[in-house]
Amino acid sequence: MKLYLKIWRQKDASAKGQMVDYTLDGVESDMSFLEMLDILNEELISKGEEPIEFDHDCREGICGTCSLQINGRPHGPDTMITVCQLHMRSFNDGDEIVIEPWRAKAFPVIKDLIVDRTAFDRIQQAGGYISVNTSGRPVDANAIPIEKHIADTAMDAATCIGCGACVAACKNASAMLFTSAKVSQFALLPQGQVEAADRVQNMVRQMDLEGFGNCTNTGACEIECPKGISLENIARMNREYFSASLKG
Amino acid sequence: MSGLIKSSIARKVVMALSGLFLVVFLTQHFVINITSVIDPETFNSWSHFMGYNPLVQFILQPILIAGVIIHFVMGFILEIQNKKARGISYVKYKGSANAPWVSRNMIYSGLVILAFLGLHFYDFWVHEMTYKYVEFLPEDPSRYHEETVEKFAPFWRTIIYMISFVLLSLHLWHGFSSSFQSMGVNNKYSAGIKIFTKLFSVVIPLGYAFIALYHHLNPITH
Ligand code: HEM
Ligand code: SF4
Ligand code: FES
Repeated sequence: MKLYLKIWRQKDASAKGQMVDYTLDGVESDMSFLEMLDILNEELISKGEEPIEFDHDCREGICGTCSLQINGRPHGPDTMITVCQLHMRSFNDGDEIVIEPWRAKAFPVIKDLIVDRTAFDRIQQAGGYISVNTSGRPVDANAIPIEKHIADTAMDAATCIGCGACVAACKNASAMLFTSAKVSQFALLPQGQVEAADRVQNMVRQMDLEGFGNCTNTGACEIECPKGISLENIARMNREYFSASLKG
Repeated sequence: MSGLIKSSIARKVVMALSGLFLVVFLTQHFVINITSVIDPETFNSWSHFMGYNPLVQFILQPILIAGVIIHFVMGFILEIQNKKARGISYVKYKGSANAPWVSRNMIYSGLVILAFLGLHFYDFWVHEMTYKYVEFLPEDPSRYHEETVEKFAPFWRTIIYMISFVLLSLHLWHGFSSSFQSMGVNNKYSAGIKIFTKLFSVVIPLGYAFIALYHHLNPITH
């Protein structure tokens, strides 16, 4: 199929950037979206032009690196997948496809379609860990019994891959879904209780410092999240935050 | 207030609590208003009570005004911060793909309600204040029904009120249940809260619109 691509090009972090039109022919429906961009880049390189920079790593939906706003939606038109899991069969011959980087003040563009997501790392560093020693001494994983439904809920929260689609989708560029997933995965488990109060307060403080927006509960993040992280996590984080604030 | 503005979660709680407070007020106001259609006598005596009871006048009324101000000022603050958080806007942004219109446009439905409140204050509150504290007219427990019905004689006012109630409905459609999520309530009752929200946000504004239209269509003729 033949596609009309509109892609954000930006030389570096300080450059202005603009949309550039490309026409790409011979795209197969069983290619992945990233393969399609690879082919476009091959063409650009053979013409002596600068290839389009975009983030990717695992190409199997587990690392969260790929990050493209495609036709106005993070990770494109399909739900519960990342860009690397998106295939060209979701598009038709002759389609116009608009490809942009995530847009958030806290995610500045580094080059073309690549944004700096270290704001998420700093939120994690502010409290997304537990201080238990991990010696070589084998400790039975079931030494502390945890009810199955609680373990499952914590595991669901832990599946967040830190891709940033929630921020990209949110009309306020809010990072509440990401932060709440990272808070919840520990808040639900006994191992997370020691630092619980500090964790939520520090992570929320960092989230605010990074310049993410406030939550309006539109639910866009939950729909666009490739891992199906639920809004329940945001409510849980809010509860954690209140009880931590009350404790002082 | 600066402490409250500091954390995004605290700001949302302020928004939720002030919003819910306004929902309670809206309900109470509706109960009084509907008597103007059912039984003018009751409407007169309740209105007179609200107008002259010192507890209502000097405690509840200032709290209500403060609640409205806190709510819309915080709404503006959130809106400004949220716009800033995006930075550069998307060339193509498909908001409708993942979130309902009402939830994305709270500031616009809110602005219409705010404009309406301006007119509503001018129509009733300023009138009352002038009656009581500027012209020092005597208490008259029987005047309220007639004054109210007369207000709705002009078609333009009736229409403006009715349009505002539609926007109020949209605001509540998202806002009511959203405030529970903001306060950390997302559990087995949430489905019920959502259903109640939809019922409330249709029935109450529709009721208000009905009252305005009813008085427009049934003028008092002496
Ligand atoms: C009688 C009038 C009003 C009622 C009953 C009401 C009720 C509510 C409720 C319950 C919420 C949800 C809060 C949350 O999600 O945490 C809300 C949100 C909101 N209200 Fe109002 N409201 C009223 C008037 C206004 C006015 C006059 C404005 C002025 C601009 C306004 C602007 C907003 C905004 C912007 C939000 C969304 C804030 C956010 O979630 O980011 N509202 N309202
Ligand atoms: S919550 Fe979902 S959308 Fe947000 S960073 Fe995690 S995986 Fe990505
Ligand atoms: S490249 Fe790893 S999730 Fe897409």
